[in-house]
Amino acid sequence: MPTWAAQRISRRHETLIRWVLFVCAALSVLTTAAIIFVLLSNAVYAPGARTAFFERVSLWQFLTTARWKPTDGPGGHFGIWPLLVGTLQVAVIASLVSVPAGLGAAIYMSEYAHPREREFLKPVLEILAGIPSVVYGFFALKFITPWVLKPLFSLLGLEISIFNSLSAGIVVGIMVTPLIASLSEDVIRAVPRSLREAAFALGSTRFDVSARVVVPAALSGILASFLLAFSRAVGETMAVAIAAGGNPLLTLNPLRGAQTMTGFMVHASTGDSAADSISRMSMYAVGITLFVMTLSINLLSGWIMRRYREVYQ
Amino acid sequence: MLMGSSVSGRSVPPSVPGVDRNLDTSGHAAAIDVQGMNFYYGEQQVLFDISLKVPERSVTALIGPSGCGKSTFLRTLNRMNDLVDGARCTGLCLVEGQNIMDPAVDVVLLRKHVGMVFQKSTPFPKSIFDNVAYGPRVAGEKNRAVLAELVESCLKKAALWDEVRDRLHTSAMALSGGQQQRLCIARTLATNPKIILMDEPASALDPASTDRIENLIGELCSNYTIVIVTHNMQQASRVSHQTAFFFRGRLVECGPTMKIFTSPVEKQTEDYITGRFG
Amino acid sequence: MSVAGGELAGSIPPVSFTLGADGQIRQRLRLSRGFMWLCRLATYASLLVLAVLLLSIVWNSVGRLRWDFLSSHYSMQPDRCGILAGLWGTFWLVLLTATFSIPVGVGSAVYLEELAKDTWLMRVIRVNLSNLAGVPSIVYGILGLTAFRPLVIQLQSVFDGRHAVNVLGLFRVRLLKLDIYDGSVLIGAMTMSLVILPTVIIASQEALRAVPSTIRVASLALGATRWQTIWRQVLPASLPGIATGVILSISRAMGEAAPLMMIGVLTVASMCPGGIESPGQLLSDPGRLLSVPFDQFTAMPVEIYDWSKQPDPQDRFTAVAASGILVLLAVLLTVNAAAMIVRYRAGRQLRW
Repeated sequence: MPTWAAQRISRRHETLIRWVLFVCAALSVLTTAAIIFVLLSNAVYAPGARTAFFERVSLWQFLTTARWKPTDGPGGHFGIWPLLVGTLQVAVIASLVSVPAGLGAAIYMSEYAHPREREFLKPVLEILAGIPSVVYGFFALKFITPWVLKPLFSLLGLEISIFNSLSAGIVVGIMVTPLIASLSEDVIRAVPRSLREAAFALGSTRFDVSARVVVPAALSGILASFLLAFSRAVGETMAVAIAAGGNPLLTLNPLRGAQTMTGFMVHASTGDSAADSISRMSMYAVGITLFVMTLSINLLSGWIMRRYREVYQ
Repeated sequence: MLMGSSVSGRSVPPSVPGVDRNLDTSGHAAAIDVQGMNFYYGEQQVLFDISLKVPERSVTALIGPSGCGKSTFLRTLNRMNDLVDGARCTGLCLVEGQNIMDPAVDVVLLRKHVGMVFQKSTPFPKSIFDNVAYGPRVAGEKNRAVLAELVESCLKKAALWDEVRDRLHTSAMALSGGQQQRLCIARTLATNPKIILMDEPASALDPASTDRIENLIGELCSNYTIVIVTHNMQQASRVSHQTAFFFRGRLVECGPTMKIFTSPVEKQTEDYITGRFG
Repeated sequence: MSVAGGELAGSIPPVSFTLGADGQIRQRLRLSRGFMWLCRLATYASLLVLAVLLLSIVWNSVGRLRWDFLSSHYSMQPDRCGILAGLWGTFWLVLLTATFSIPVGVGSAVYLEELAKDTWLMRVIRVNLSNLAGVPSIVYGILGLTAFRPLVIQLQSVFDGRHAVNVLGLFRVRLLKLDIYDGSVLIGAMTMSLVILPTVIIASQEALRAVPSTIRVASLALGATRWQTIWRQVLPASLPGIATGVILSISRAMGEAAPLMMIGVLTVASMCPGGIESPGQLLSDPGRLLSVPFDQFTAMPVEIYDWSKQPDPQDRFTAVAASGILVLLAVLLTVNAAAMIVRYRAGRQLRW
């Protein structure tokens, strides 16, 4: 029975391919595991001779001290608050920019724009999303701060530093606007056409239809996109590292410089402190904070998005 | 007269209460008066020279095979076709004596006055109360007591009040299909229309729910002018005073329902109602 | 309950549908129009921002943007400073990244979409994938710094010129002496592959999902095996979609600097990987290729970061940074144009 034999060979060969592909797919789980292991083994508990960050600096000190000065004195000061406040400040400013702009663009493209106009606008947003982070950093530092913010605030009699979290927040907001626009547009378009017609038939203006029917119907999906954009802003690195500077001040004033968690990590990895020094190890503690923060926001966003899908299926 | 007798020999199902199928509507004022309407989607003409009078406070059924233009015609009556790109309409369409095709007509006001119920029930993903209160709210009504009273009276008119009075503030999506459709009728009533357009309102429902909707139409027609599109001829014969038969974008025949179903003038009409095509 | 028309006709109050009949409606329509203009403004503001961004960069680049910018190394003199090292560094980085991430990424997508059954493990992989896509790139940088660098140190000790390998017990081959650096192209590419892998997988999954199942059923019904169906029908059909997704991911890798900063690539480089500075050298001395993955390097976005941050009172490096950005954007534009052409062509050929 020659055909049988041939078949068995091809089957065996297919099983091999199947396993190779399975390994590829499993690699992503391995990556996550590796990230978690690397962060934990350097920040929380180090096996072997090395000591992890939290074995030297207590979690209490990490969460309650208001100073972040890794190289200050023999022990250094490791209070996460300046970095956390800097990060949140940039992310909140970014949201203030991107939420209205992104949602407005999403509503315009799904409810008002002519298909041909939409075909032209979509690539523009894609280009905006595709511009590298460093470019936005340069734009903030060399254009927005000196040519927009400085004249504006000097009119008000306020002084703005060269490095400031306002310009960083603005460019990060510009960066994540396309994300909100495209995700929100998708969920708004998923609202059935019949719902819009029903609203029109009840004597609604276009505003009534958008603001009272379509957006509320898509609200959880839209919220999910806001959260995703927020987490992206929290994890944004290069633009912020360039525009906000590297001074971990605990301040809420957006006109002054700040250091974010990501900014510190770039700074720490380029510095020439020894690989085992505490200031180097503090990078992992910051990294695990960043990882936990972005992951939990993303999980929340995904959960909200899944609930939204259930409504329409 | 062989043909005539054979048709009149067929039985027509009894009408729902409140509908007199032999009603002479010539004395009624026309709520809608369409004269010489042509309708185009882009280059394609879908309605040809339609002229039709809809008497006030009566039910007019539009019947015909699918694709005959009856839904399109219905949607021109409150200008829902404005939402479709490339739709174009010529001719006169008088609603209470005013040509609604006039570009100066305000469609928002028109749609408030000419309500519409769709084939698929379309509750907004909000509470039952908010669904019914939607129309008055967008029209600027904020007083909660007025709204509550209005919601109650509309739900009563739509024969839904007893089923939902205890859960007005729960999601409308949880209602059954028939209840959702009656909710949509209540929601339309809340904008205080004079005319209600219904686009196959019962075609997605089970027989019991269909029955309730038909009875509801019988009750509503003493206060509202109703135009209903249906592909179900039994339904048309049960609920309407007047029936109009559409075929390939033309209005073939229009007259009192009893006459259309027993002794139609046109051969096409007869073929259709006797089920020879459709 | 028949109704006589005459007596009721008068009871309906006349309503005028014409505009201007009702002040309240007029106000609502104004609100509606105002809202539309706000949304339009929000949308077109992005266009404006894009224009201003590009103009400000072109404006700033005046003073350095000349052809020799492409062929010069780093210099303390802004007038002589160029992007050559970054250009080659990015090229090799992206080449290696693509080599790693495309087979693995497309393979995972094929497994998840075509072969995997709906077990708990697959669900874990899927959920994990969407979460990995949201992990900030700098976190991958930490992974690269901590996990991949020791790997290189191991390699260093093997390729130090003293080790020999016994081939099948027949003869011994002395390993070459290779200078292996820890901020090398290889480490960079491994890290960057992990950064873009989730996007490559998700884009490929979408492309595979877009292939109608009738094709699979038809192929299986003709006696083809699962793998034959995938290899001969499904993959070719989804290739344009996969290619588009891959190209977009690659262009992301070109602009990323954060993970590279973390693994410690050079910010100031006066040499290219393998010493290859022109395509001609690549042809005349292909042996240099071997040392490319193990050489230190810099990439365009890293150089731009460094130039933007130069503490220079006269702002003389601003023009250098802006010129660097223009070169980077030009490269990205070329790559994205390729993606667009692929998409456009595929859109014309394939219609489901």
